[in-house]
Formats: sequence, structure tokens, C-alpha cells
Amino acid sequence: MLAFAIRRLIQAIGVMLVVAMISFVMFRFVGDPVSQLVGNDTPPAERAQLRKELGLDDPIYVQFARFVDKAAHFDFGISYQIKQPVSTLIAQRLPATLELSIVSAILALVVGMPMGVYTGLYPHSWLSRLFLAISLAGISLPTFLIGILLIFIFSVNFGMLPSFGRGDVVSLGGYWTTGLLTRTGLQSIILPSITLGLFQMTLIMRLVRGEMLEVLRTDYIKFARARGLSRRAINFGHALKNTLVPVITITGLQLGSIIAFSIITETVFQWPGMGLLFLQAVQNVDIPIMAAYLLLIAFLFTLINFIVDLLYVAVDPRIRIGGAKA
Amino acid sequence: MTAALSVRNLRVEIPTRRGVLTAIDDLSFDIAPGEVLGVVGESGAGKSITGSAIIGLLDPPGRVAGGEILLSGERIDNLSPSAMRQIRGKRIGMIFQDPLTSLNPLYRIGDQLTETILTHEAISAKAAAEKAERLLVEVGIPAAGTRMSSYPHQFSGGMRQRVVIALALAADPELVIADEPTTALDVSVQAQIIALIKRLCKDRGTSVMLITHDMGVIAETADRVCVLYAGRLAEIGAVRDVVKRAQHPYTHGLMAAIPSLIDDPNEKLEQIPGSMPRLGAIPAGCAFNPRCTYRFGRCMRERPGIYPVGASDASCFLHDASGEAPPAAVVRNAIDAGIDVRASEGAEP
Repeated sequence: MLAFAIRRLIQAIGVMLVVAMISFVMFRFVGDPVSQLVGNDTPPAERAQLRKELGLDDPIYVQFARFVDKAAHFDFGISYQIKQPVSTLIAQRLPATLELSIVSAILALVVGMPMGVYTGLYPHSWLSRLFLAISLAGISLPTFLIGILLIFIFSVNFGMLPSFGRGDVVSLGGYWTTGLLTRTGLQSIILPSITLGLFQMTLIMRLVRGEMLEVLRTDYIKFARARGLSRRAINFGHALKNTLVPVITITGLQLGSIIAFSIITETVFQWPGMGLLFLQAVQNVDIPIMAAYLLLIAFLFTLINFIVDLLYVAVDPRIRIGGAKA
Repeated sequence: MTAALSVRNLRVEIPTRRGVLTAIDDLSFDIAPGEVLGVVGESGAGKSITGSAIIGLLDPPGRVAGGEILLSGERIDNLSPSAMRQIRGKRIGMIFQDPLTSLNPLYRIGDQLTETILTHEAISAKAAAEKAERLLVEVGIPAAGTRMSSYPHQFSGGMRQRVVIALALAADPELVIADEPTTALDVSVQAQIIALIKRLCKDRGTSVMLITHDMGVIAETADRVCVLYAGRLAEIGAVRDVVKRAQHPYTHGLMAAIPSLIDDPNEKLEQIPGSMPRLGAIPAGCAFNPRCTYRFGRCMRERPGIYPVGASDASCFLHDASGEAPPAAVVRNAIDAGIDVRASEGAEP
């Protein structure tokens, strides 16, 4: 188990280094950083001086090592546009995005799984057909359209929920701001989290349904019935547990996607998260923010995958590779 | 004495888009307490469907459309789903064909056993665990105590089938339905598993319905044998009688088609011409008539009943003393082949 975890950890570090290389290359790709820093009339001697001071004369691998070292200490430089350290900017925006993403993911799981189990158990009931019809809409409508529709219905027509922003936030320990503890904060998160989570919800529902239909046909379910076990024990103990491995995989990957693609939802609802920050950075060619964002998302993906791998082992004994006792 | 299991005129139908198929048609048999009844037939003859119908686990849309199933004299085919669940596992145990897929891969062997025991018996978890371990010892799992916490994938096929047997017997049922329990196993393991089922059921006085297409297994294990053809009973009787002196032309053909070590290896193995009809295309009259060498006019028109012959019962007009008699040539051929014809001989055509 430990050996397995360590091996996965080493792989994760490898992935992070590759991503770091890509985000490092971004700086060079857009041109000479010195000419972006100084005016056109700066004499070449001064430019050379600056280049030397900034360490841009060093061999490329020394520069890369320096970049990785700084990134590991959360130092991503200063934003070209906002003139503040990128790490501070991201730290301000991260809680908003993570809160929105996690609420969406929980919503998707808590609603999607029972719907999937139900439609798997009773594939011909009218409620199942209704769920499937709704899920078709959820899977095929683009996120921004759903967001705009929700705003139109619940904010514009009924005036029930706010259409933008995060509401009032409370600071926790100076590092984290949360909107989940205030009334307006909770009201504000409803529409964006539905918008962001709807696709994942329908995906999870369809996945659980497909897996349930398959598992319910297996011999061990028939054998469990022949042993006289209760419906509850069969459906939730024996069947649902066997559907979990693919569900965990998809949920994990989707959580990464939710965070990464919250950009659209954040734009529609003017949600003050990283996605909005990133979008502004792209418009202004603010490379340090883009590089840091890329690294952060990659880090979250690798972290989630790592946790997913460990969860597999917890769910399915057959995946206990390496340290398994025979 | 009340039969442990009594199936009376069972009829199982499968509604399909193209009409209703009759998978089991007017099937009757009894299993005495402690008796092993072998059920043989080709693939698709309705062996497994009969087993599923008895335990109430027919795959939809299949359904019991007629007849009665009695367990120790008590009717069970019309019970509610929850009442039927009390019987499954508790009074009827079932062993399936493939031990590799019968066990849930995500649960420990011990947990699956104790779960089953606790479902049927009001005892403490500790007592259930002890009973589970005793069962594993009984079915011949070495180091049962430590194997309780193993997962199915850590067992070989034969060992898994032993666990499946332990699960089927966990609540001491009166009847065990073993649906091809050795088909998926190695030949060397088959004999062990069959011997195990036989010994355990004998010790407990459990009746067994042994479904198989292996006549060797039947001859070795069963007391009586029931031969199915196209969802109908062809012949039923004591194993010795059926094997040595088959009375239905189909059974007769089946026995002749078993290769033997003593036979001349150059001699061609006998076979029954043609194949079993599909459920949607069963011919009128006797279902076996297109393949039967002894058929005559009546076989195409009427469906034979069940006629006693010796100690067996067979569904063939050769054994019907009343009604239209078969032609003399057919009777002579049948007698030459060793069939005890009871029908009176008709005139030469």
C-alpha cells in the first residue's frame, strides 16, 4: 500500500515537472521579457545589465531550476497588469473557485447517484424516463446557456436569487474567505453551482445507471438473490458497491474539470474566482498569472488523481497491487 | 411421505415480441426427502429454467404460467416476493454453474457467509462467524479461520465452488438446486465437488436437484433421473433403469451417444440426427418426432402423455397400451433395440 502510494507520488512529481516546463516555456514564447519591461529607447548596455540582473543570461536549465524552486515556494512573480504578487492574487481568488466547485461536485453526486440507482433499478418506470429526458438536456445544453436561463428565470423573472457575485463573505483565519456562512453568500452560490454541476450530475446519473444495469445482470447478484438476501442488501450493498470504481474515476476527473472549466460559469455569474482572473489575464497577456494558473490546475488534477488511485484500493481489493498479501 | 419438492404440471412462458414461447410445458416430477434427482437434457431443454422457476428467480419476462410447485407439501409458486425471499436461501439453496462469477468480488468470503447466515437466523454476529467458519471446514477449505478474511479472487475455481456450496447450505435448506455445479471446473476437480455435494446433502438429509448435461455425473451421484426435451418430460426413473434400459427413444439415443473407453475407437460414435427444435418451432404431436426412428402416424398428430413402463415413466406412444398402435416393423425395431414396448402391435402397412 505504502509502496503503491510512493510510486504514484513519484509519477505525480514527474507530471508536475513536465507541466512546469510548459508554463516556463510560455514566458519565452511571447518574446524577450526584457523588451517588455523597458521602453524602446533604452540603450543596449542597460538592457544587457538588466538581463544579467534578472538572471536571463544563465543557461536555460539553471533558469528552469530557479523557476521550479520559486514555484515550489509559491513564488510566481508579479502580475504584469495588476502589479501584485501572483501568489497573493491567486490566494484571494482560490477560495471562491474551490467553494463553488466543491458545492457543485457534491450537488452532482448527491443528486446524480440516487437518480442513477433509481433509473438502474426501475429502467421502465415513468420517473426513470423523466430523469433520462432531463439528463439529456443537462448533457446537451452548453453551460453558459444554462447559466443565462437560470438567471433569466430565477433572478430576472422571480427576483428570488442574485444574478452575480458571491454575496457577503466571512474571513476565516485570514487565509480563507467563505460565502457559505452568510445568507447572501448561500443565496449567491445556488445558481452558479447548479449551472456548473448540472453536466456532471447527468454524467454521474447516466454512469451509475449503466453500471447498475450491468451489475444487476451478473451471477453474483443472482446468487445473492438465491441466498435470500434483502433487496436493500442486494441493491445497495452488493450492486452499488460494484459500480463505484468507475464512478470514483469519473467523479475525480470531473472535479478537476469543474475547477478548470469554472471559467465559463464564473464569467456568466461574475463570480470572483480564479477563472475570472485567468480570463482577464488572457486578455491582457499577463503571463505570470497564466503560468501560475496552469501549474495550479495541473497540481489539483494530479492531487485528485492521486486520491482517486488510493480510493480504488479502498473499494476494490483486486486493485491492491504490490503490497497485497496473496 | 410428503415429497420434499413436488412439481405439478409446471408451465413456464416467455412472452416475446413474436408471441409467447413455452419454455416448460406440463412438467411434473417429485423429489423425495434426501433424494438426489438428476435433471438432464441438451442446452435449451429447460433444465435451468425449471431450477429458476422453483426458486422464484425466473429472468423477466419469463413467468410461471401454470401448474404448482410444492415444497414439503406447501405451495410456493404463488407466494409474495417477500414470502419467497424467506424461502430462498433458508429452505431452498442454490449452487450456480460458474464459481468465478457467483461470489461478489468486493466482499470477504467470511462476510458473505455471515451475511447469509444472519439474514436467515436470529443469532449474534459472533455465533454467525463461528458457524461460517464451521461451514468452511465442512466444505474442505484448509485453514478456514484465516481464509474467512480472504477475497474471492484469492481462491482457485474449485475452492470458490466449495465456498458457493457453503453459502448454499448456510441455512440448512431442505432442498439444494445445483445448476451445472461442475461444468466450469477442471475435470480433476469435478469429481471432488460432486462427492462433496453428495456427502454434505446425505449427512443433512437434504434433497438435491442436480441439473447437468453430464450423464457420468448423474450415474455417479443421482438416485433418480429426469430427462427433459424441448421443455417437456421425456423420461423419469431410477438412474440404473434409465441408463441401462432407456425407454424413450430420445433417452435411448442419448445413452448410445456416450463414448466409452471399451468401444472400438475406429467405430463411429452414434448420434441422434438433427437438433432440438427452437422453442418457437416445436412440431405438432411429440416434440421429438422429426428425429425419432420409431415414429408413426400418431406421433405427428397427438402429444403423448406419460406412460409407466417398468419402474420408469416415459412420454412415448410405444408405451401406451391404448389408442392407435404402432406399425409392426416399428415395434420390432424398438424391441430389438431394448425398449420394452407396451403398445399392441399394429398390422403391417
